[in-house]
Amino acid sequence: MREFGNAEVLFIVFALQWTLTLTALAFFGGGIAGIAVALLRISRSRYIRLAVSGYIQVVQGTPLLVLMFLCYYAPSLFGIELNALFAAGIALTLNASAFLGAIWESALRAIPKAQWESAEALALPQSKVLRFVIAPQAVRIALPSTVGYLVQIVKETSLASIIGFVEITRAGQLVSNATFEPMKAYVCVALLYFLICFPLSRFSQWLETRSPGRTKGPSRG
Amino acid sequence: MEYNFQFGVLANYLPEFFGGLGLTLFLSFAGIFGGLGLGIACAIISVRGPLFPRAVVRIYVEIMRNTPMLVQIFVIFFGLPSLGVRLSPFTSVLVAIVLNNGGYIAEIVRAGIESIHPSQIEAAESLGLTRGQTMRFVILPPALERVMTPIISQSVLLMLATSLVSAVGVEDLTGVAMIASSETFRTMEIYLVIAVIYICLNFIFRILLNAVGLIVFKRSRQRFLGRV
Repeated sequence: MREFGNAEVLFIVFALQWTLTLTALAFFGGGIAGIAVALLRISRSRYIRLAVSGYIQVVQGTPLLVLMFLCYYAPSLFGIELNALFAAGIALTLNASAFLGAIWESALRAIPKAQWESAEALALPQSKVLRFVIAPQAVRIALPSTVGYLVQIVKETSLASIIGFVEITRAGQLVSNATFEPMKAYVCVALLYFLICFPLSRFSQWLETRSPGRTKGPSRG
Repeated sequence: MEYNFQFGVLANYLPEFFGGLGLTLFLSFAGIFGGLGLGIACAIISVRGPLFPRAVVRIYVEIMRNTPMLVQIFVIFFGLPSLGVRLSPFTSVLVAIVLNNGGYIAEIVRAGIESIHPSQIEAAESLGLTRGQTMRFVILPPALERVMTPIISQSVLLMLATSLVSAVGVEDLTGVAMIASSETFRTMEIYLVIAVIYICLNFIFRILLNAVGLIVFKRSRQRFLGRV
């Protein structure tokens, strides 16, 4: 039996790199897919809008744990052995794409129609309207919720421990099994999550207090 | 793809799946309503309470919102026995779910309470209502009505999060699926079916909770009936 000492704490702290890797994978993967989801949701074609809305409902309605099992086991049907990092990364990306897509869709919809129309009246092509007129305003609206969702992603990476990926929760489990000190091990894990998530949550709240939607002054729309 | 999907084996596990579904529903409703009660109490303390309880509530809410539920379950189930508190897997996940949801609901309800205009409270005071009466009859009803939508979203997310209880061996829907898949190796079939069940539950919960909201809140009901 091992004592719970500095080496054990360091083991958990070093696993942090994998939690952060997974978070980055999910945030960037989910962010890119989320942009696609948001843009397709405001598409002119009704069928595309319906199809994407179906995708959002299915992904948001499946527990992340089940989604992770599906991503972990499905590739083996094709004879591909996917490692836990990629399986978890794909599941988190799918999940994040649906939630971020929904957040960004509502930000795009919050831009007054006059903005689209006046940009078109200046003969800007659709892509430039989005790029130079709509997106800069939508980003300001969406930023607080996006940072808030980032906190969610950090916490959700803990589920990767269930399919055996060694990030901090799994590292905590390993330490707890080796030292028989589950309380110290898991409190240490919880503390690490808190140290990442709390500042992000605060940042998100701070952004919200100065976001354009909250200001009581004359509207800039 | 050379794989033959065989959903037939699932039929052998039908009783277990119904048992798991029952447990998922029980944990969800206990978590939603237990968390709602706890969350409302915490929200009231955090806007009205004396300094010390308010600080305690603040810390509780921040811990619940900034650590993963899986780790909370592990701390309660594996960690507490070393402090002499030994809970069964079922009790520990129940406690974890209620505490977790309470933290989220507290923050949502607090935002609702703070959105009530001070003139409402002044009006209640000038009518001679006590602080308790003001909270009960003047502040809470419109505050809760205003945050009904986020509460429902949070409740549905909590229902999905109950799948985490399978990590400590509680046999909810996901737990049963894990057992069935390790016994039959029909992993894909089982998790696909489970996913479909959760997606259906998702819609059912949304409809059900919205209906509860319409029954409880008169003004929402009138607005809804006016639209129909």
